[in-house]
Amino acid sequence: MPEGASPYSKKVMDHFVNPRNMGEIADATVVADVGNPACGDMMRLYLKIENGIIVDAKFKTFGCGAAIATSSMLTEMLKGKSLEEAKSISNQAVAEALDGLPPVKMHCSVMAEEALIKALEQYNQSQEQKPGSFEV
Amino acid sequence: MQPDAQRNIYFDHAATTPVDSRVVEAMLPYFAERFGNPSSHVHSKGVEANQELDQSRETVARLINAPAETIIFTSGATEANNLAIRGYLEANQERGKHLIISEIEHYSVINLCLKLKREGYDLTLLPVDNLGLVHPDKLNAAMRRDTALISIQHASSEIGTIQNIKELAIIAKEAGIFFHSDAAASAGNIPIDVVDLGVDALTVSAHNFYGPKGVGALYLKPGIKLEAQIIGGFQERGYRSGTENLAGIVGMAKAAELALTEMPQRHEHLSGLQQRLWDGLSQKYEFLHFTGHPSQRLPGHVSFWMEYIEGESLLLFLNVYGIQTASGSACASNMRGQDEHDLAASHVLTAVGVPAEYCSGSLTVSMGKGNTTNEVDYFLQIFPQVVERLLAMSPLWADKLKGKNPYQ
Repeated sequence: MPEGASPYSKKVMDHFVNPRNMGEIADATVVADVGNPACGDMMRLYLKIENGIIVDAKFKTFGCGAAIATSSMLTEMLKGKSLEEAKSISNQAVAEALDGLPPVKMHCSVMAEEALIKALEQYNQSQEQKPGSFEV
Repeated sequence: MQPDAQRNIYFDHAATTPVDSRVVEAMLPYFAERFGNPSSHVHSKGVEANQELDQSRETVARLINAPAETIIFTSGATEANNLAIRGYLEANQERGKHLIISEIEHYSVINLCLKLKREGYDLTLLPVDNLGLVHPDKLNAAMRRDTALISIQHASSEIGTIQNIKELAIIAKEAGIFFHSDAAASAGNIPIDVVDLGVDALTVSAHNFYGPKGVGALYLKPGIKLEAQIIGGFQERGYRSGTENLAGIVGMAKAAELALTEMPQRHEHLSGLQQRLWDGLSQKYEFLHFTGHPSQRLPGHVSFWMEYIEGESLLLFLNVYGIQTASGSACASNMRGQDEHDLAASHVLTAVGVPAEYCSGSLTVSMGKGNTTNEVDYFLQIFPQVVERLLAMSPLWADKLKGKNPYQ
């Protein structure tokens, strides 16, 4: 990264330029879509869950720098976590891990949190049909 | 692809231009040597300053073919627009309570008129066609017996379209309605003749044609009454009090002088760059759509929107590669805001019919006299790589590749 001036922290720019876990998971356990193009951002979160552990997380995001960086950071934070641990990841935690976001961009981190909540809900619903399985 | 720290390509001249070094040189003596106050017209320093003020007024007037005494120096285009509009309404209250502006005016006109609406004025926002032009018949239809004022910009900094001001001003003149035009984006960049255009008032901004920020001017046709908006002493014939920003005014005059002599060659150079960029982008992507008028537009100005890609991420990525451009994307609109309510997609793009779900993917490339064909070629080399990166991240593009319409 060049040292050019940016409205974002170095960490945000790093995750924007070199997003971690960008892509799709072909055999994802859950895929959650949040946001829409009219709002200017949309995130698709893919989780692969095995025995209550998130073994893989990937994303595709249409949106601004903050939206892409928070997507990237969220997937980093999710990988290897138990569902219980994942549940407690807040948008503030994602923003803090990126060394903060401009106030006007905090809603982008909310989108990442919403994607996580939706993915976990979808997972729970899919598990309710399977008696005796792990539930969050 | 590796970010290029060496590159520093400024393609955002619609936002502001670099001050020409000859302008800086002309301004320098007016800080510490010729620092006099033009109002101190008895002693030497004051007389010297007053003479320079008069001379600058003449030069700036010449830029728009106006008599010197019609020029009121202001702190910039925003103040000039406020002075023209509110100043006219206050001084001519018998003229009525109805205002007409176009949908694609600058915020300094739109937000002022929205405030006037809250204060009791009726406001008509004239629609533009999909190339950004205001049609004379639309203006004709909107005019009422109590229409006090019409304000339509000369050119759009966002989509580049140049209005047919002459046609519109004639309609206003026949009806006896005051006609103002905000020429902040165009003055100094394309020829302007206020007599030929037939306007009653016209706004000029120095920093859009290689002059300094913080200085602009309002042309006011003789015989028209305006109420001052900044009250104080007697500067600018009482229309705009406050000790003159002489260094800025001298800079504006120098920039105007350079624009007058160099405009033909700048125009030719910029038209070449514009064509090169346009040719390099058109035909390349079926999901890239140009905005504004294809030929009746500001020189060196190319604007478009793209599907599947968001504008701020496009700007950021281009900036990583050393290319500075602009976007009408909501996300890029107000980074210093308090929260997301301070973000809004460009009203100009929605006015020319770009659907809200696509407004976020807009880009404005505005080149200046210092840009080169080499820089355009670098842009054309980097741009497809950036687009490819962002498409790879886009869930909308992924859906499109799977045959789904992601915008439904």
